[in-house]
Amino acid sequence: MRALLNSRLMAIVAVAVIAAVLPEFFPSTYYYRVAALVFVFALAGIGLNLLMGFAGQVSLGHAGFIGIGAYAVAVGPTHLGLPPWLSFVAGAALSALVAFLVGRPILRLKGHYLAVATLGFGILLSIVFNNEARLTGGPDGMAVPHLVLFGWAARGSETWYWISAASFVIGASLALNLIDSPTGRALRAIHDSELAARVLGIDVARMKLTVFIISAVYASIAGSYLALFNGHITPEVSGFLRSIELVAMVVLGGMGSIMGSLVGSAILVVLPQALTFLHDYEHMALGLILMGVLIFLRGGVVPSLAAMFARRRP
Amino acid sequence: MAEFLQFAFSGLTVGAVYALVALGFTLIYNASDVVNFAQGEFVMLGGMTTVFLTLAGVPLPLAALMAVVVAVAVGLSLHRFAIEPARGANSVVLIMITIGASIFLRGAAQVVFDKRFHSLPPLLGNEPIRIGGASILPQSLVVLAGSVVILVLLWVFIDRTLFGKAVIATAANRLAARLVGIDTRRMVSFSFAVSAAIGAIAGILVTPITLTSYEVGTLLALKGFAAAMLGGMGNSIGAVVGGIMLGLLEAFGAGYLSSQYKDAVAFLVILVVLFVMPQGLFGRAKIDRV
Repeated sequence: MRALLNSRLMAIVAVAVIAAVLPEFFPSTYYYRVAALVFVFALAGIGLNLLMGFAGQVSLGHAGFIGIGAYAVAVGPTHLGLPPWLSFVAGAALSALVAFLVGRPILRLKGHYLAVATLGFGILLSIVFNNEARLTGGPDGMAVPHLVLFGWAARGSETWYWISAASFVIGASLALNLIDSPTGRALRAIHDSELAARVLGIDVARMKLTVFIISAVYASIAGSYLALFNGHITPEVSGFLRSIELVAMVVLGGMGSIMGSLVGSAILVVLPQALTFLHDYEHMALGLILMGVLIFLRGGVVPSLAAMFARRRP
Repeated sequence: MAEFLQFAFSGLTVGAVYALVALGFTLIYNASDVVNFAQGEFVMLGGMTTVFLTLAGVPLPLAALMAVVVAVAVGLSLHRFAIEPARGANSVVLIMITIGASIFLRGAAQVVFDKRFHSLPPLLGNEPIRIGGASILPQSLVVLAGSVVILVLLWVFIDRTLFGKAVIATAANRLAARLVGIDTRRMVSFSFAVSAAIGAIAGILVTPITLTSYEVGTLLALKGFAAAMLGGMGNSIGAVVGGIMLGLLEAFGAGYLSSQYKDAVAFLVILVVLFVMPQGLFGRAKIDRV
């Protein structure tokens, strides 16, 4: 187990194998649906984890990028006549552009100031999605056409399970590659001490901007998947609560742990489904569990468990 | 002119509430470095507890007092059972813990109370006062007066008593405060209690105007946090000025530009201010020591 958690390549392979075998145990398509959502949010989580766990920059507005990706695949085909796949690419490109433009001034801020600036940015985007009803359908949202590739339409929970699981595996491999590259080492240096990193000759502002753009693209892709999979989209996907949920996923799973993103996403997607039997007490239980995990496993689930295993078997 | 006055008064009223929430943030932040996103829930608890106690037949003043006591108890337990056990955790983890607490409190409120909107009878009646063509609800004046009283009391207490000096010392340097014999843990609990009380009072005062429900806390916490950052985190005067500015921006934005985009106006200004002054209006630039 320890070797699995430590060896990054093994972890990827393990997830791929589990993802391939898991559907054997699904009693109904509902399980495909929940599992697909877990992978989709984990994908966004990877991006945010690169930003938070490796570059050490908080973002309380990442759902804004999810919103851009989601509305791109909705607005593109409906209003602009673009094919869905092109809208998907355009959404990712637009997210990268927006991240590039706002990233430089925002990332100059530190700590809680950065938090409130990203928060404001995310809220601005969700207000736009809410109010530009002509394009976005306003608070009621709008329908999203199916993704069609070479005459084949991607629809149904099962299809989207495979698409999102594969995308997660690819996304996680790319992220792990990035972490082991000079860029990744530079990011970790920034996390430990921005000043020391600068003294070493790392272009801190450019590194932060690069990882901000990468994380925006991850979120945008996840947003597009979410919209295509659900077939309907409302401004709620880009709201403040979604941003908080994303941060919670990263923190719960473990900042700086790519596999942690998957665990965090699994907790926050499955838990509300599992707690519905509590009816009115659902939110109380959710809040308590969130607090409990963070208090007792404050490094996040994956790093804390890895440390525990390491201690038991020296 | 009448329009201008009207917007200014409504902005000041809402701004006073934001200022009190921001002040609560600042008190806790100064004592413990924790950004408490459950701050808005204190406002909700103040309003909702008062509403339900008066519905149960308790006279309003007593109900209000009991509501403040309930909020203080919740604030103290938040510190004792959620923040204290996680001491030394990363600041993002601490923020998420307070968000967990706020989800829990909201969930509890929807079980203990209900999911509907409630109001309280205004203290000085419903007859609007006309000033320069603008009409003001008497309750707005109550909110403003109440906020001023809280600020003055807090200032006198912090500035004029030995206990207050210990609070300042803890905020300035926790280790040094401990070395001169100040029980810093008690100071942190105290700051949670006072923040909770301030939030609850704000909630009671503003409920006749804005109504209350189990979920009003989220947005208030967000606005209060933004106001505190606008003023410069850790600066009490900044928090008050930031809160009032935020209220005015929203009111004028809604009045003159677009009511749909009033929150957008407020956050746009915050972003611009932070781009120009990265430490907020009253914050001092931090210099990294090597």
